[in-house]
Parts: sequence; C-alpha cells; structure tokens
Amino acid sequence: MKNRGNLKLSASGDREIVMTRAFDAPRSLVFDAYTKPELLKRWLGVFGGWTLPVCEVDLRVGGAYRFVWRHAPDGHEMGMGGTYREVVRPERLVNTEKFDESWYPGEALITAAFTEQSGKTTLTVTMRYESRAARDAVIKSPMEGGVAESYDKLAELLGSPEVRGTQRRERT
Amino acid sequence: MQPSGYRRFSPDRLDATFAALADPTRRAILARLATGQASVMELAAPFDVSQPAISKHLKVLERAGLISRGRDAQRRPRRLEARPLAEATGWLEAYRRFWEGNFERLDAVLEELKAEKKRGRSKR
Repeated sequence: MKNRGNLKLSASGDREIVMTRAFDAPRSLVFDAYTKPELLKRWLGVFGGWTLPVCEVDLRVGGAYRFVWRHAPDGHEMGMGGTYREVVRPERLVNTEKFDESWYPGEALITAAFTEQSGKTTLTVTMRYESRAARDAVIKSPMEGGVAESYDKLAELLGSPEVRGTQRRERT
Repeated sequence: MQPSGYRRFSPDRLDATFAALADPTRRAILARLATGQASVMELAAPFDVSQPAISKHLKVLERAGLISRGRDAQRRPRRLEARPLAEATGWLEAYRRFWEGNFERLDAVLEELKAEKKRGRSKR
C-alpha cells in the first residue's frame, strides 16, 4: 500500500496521544468514511474475525454514537460510545469516548482534524485522557478490551488460508 | 484479557520508563549517553542546571533501568541500557500497528469512494 508507514504516533504531554496520517483523498471523503456507519463498518477495528455489527451515529453536537464489535468465532463483544461535542463537516470532529469495559479510568476526549492540500487529506487525531495513568494504560495495552485478542492470535489467523486473502495488509 | 504476547513486559518497569522519558532534560541525557558513556560532570555541562539537579535526574533514569553505572570508581560514568527503551517503544509500536491496520483498510474504502465519485461525475 502506498500510504503504508506514514502514520505518526506519539505521546504528547502528560495525558495525550497524537496520531497523524495522510490519505490520498479529499477531506470530504475522509470525513464521510470517518463518520458514516456503513463506511466505518468496513475499516474500524474489523480484522481477525472482528466485525462492527452495531454502529449508530447521531452526527450533531450533543448527539450520541454507539459502536459494538463482535468476534464471531467465540461470540465475544466489546462496546463503546460517547457524545459529539463539535461537528464541523468536513474539517473537525470532537467526541467523548468510553468503553463499556474500560481498561483505563475515565472518559477520553477525541479531536479529529481534517486538513486538505492538493486533494490529499491529513488527519490529526488527538486523544486526551483524564490522567497520565489512563493515557499510559492505553499505550501499553492497545489490544486489551478485545479490539483484537492479541498479535499472537492474529499471527495464527494470518497463517490460515481463508484469512490470508482478506487480511494480508495486517502482516508486517 | 491480557494479550499473551505482551506478558513478558513488566508493567511496573514500563511505568517507570514512561515517567523517566516524560522529562526533556532526561531525554537529552539519554540522547547524550546514546553516543557513549559519560561522567556526571560531562552530562551536566550542556545544561543550565546544577549538578545536584542532574544527579536527581540520573537517579530517576537509574531507577527506571534506563542507565547504569560503569566500573571506574572515580568517574562513575553512566551508560545507556538499551532494553527498557526497546520495551517502551515496543508498546507504542503495537499500538501504531493496530491503527496502521485500520488506516490501510480506510485507504481501500477511500479508493472506492473516489472511484464512485468519478463514475457518478462521468455519468452526468
């Protein structure tokens, strides 16, 4: 993939994680893919047997969203949701985020900024947590909570032929 | 549900590592030590802070296992310990890979949206 490896990710200050990634598409499309359920279901956390069967988005200030991932092989589910604080299509989205069975304390505040130049979009996501401990917990156990069981499990899955076709991009 | 692949990392050690890395002076000290071992005096030289303040920073780095003391009893040179740093970046690396996976799928979605848009336009 041509965009592979251009993700920049860093811990910022005490409580934040900042992520930037460029996309070869205008920001109106990136914003759509980031906010429309039928598009979110195709990319957000869906790999290694996980799907996103519940994806409800009420895209307005004060509106709520609710995502539930399901791992078909064992029926495991993971839910999260929050409220939109700012909705400025197609340049800015601010929302709260809380997992049902959270592995970090409190609620996170997620700010996504979409900037466009010559038809390409840079997405900057700032994730602000309630404490340094919460932020560090997120960095340290990214796979906890069930988005993916583990990279060991993933490596196993990648070895099986039915996954190899669809999940090749997960391989590093 | 702790992913088995990550159990070999020690959470306490990581807490200490991240805390130690949070300070710019300590990061600068580590950068200096990456080029070779150095005495406390040598480490303090580029900074506008007292030697006791540098010693305090060195203690934090030592507790985090990021540096150790050399054998020379007089100079007591500090040197970098690579392993905890590698562990800390390993965690970030796993998190990065998770998001890279998401964004590569998003790339594919965007390619389709672009193609649809083009088709829609040419029809009109």
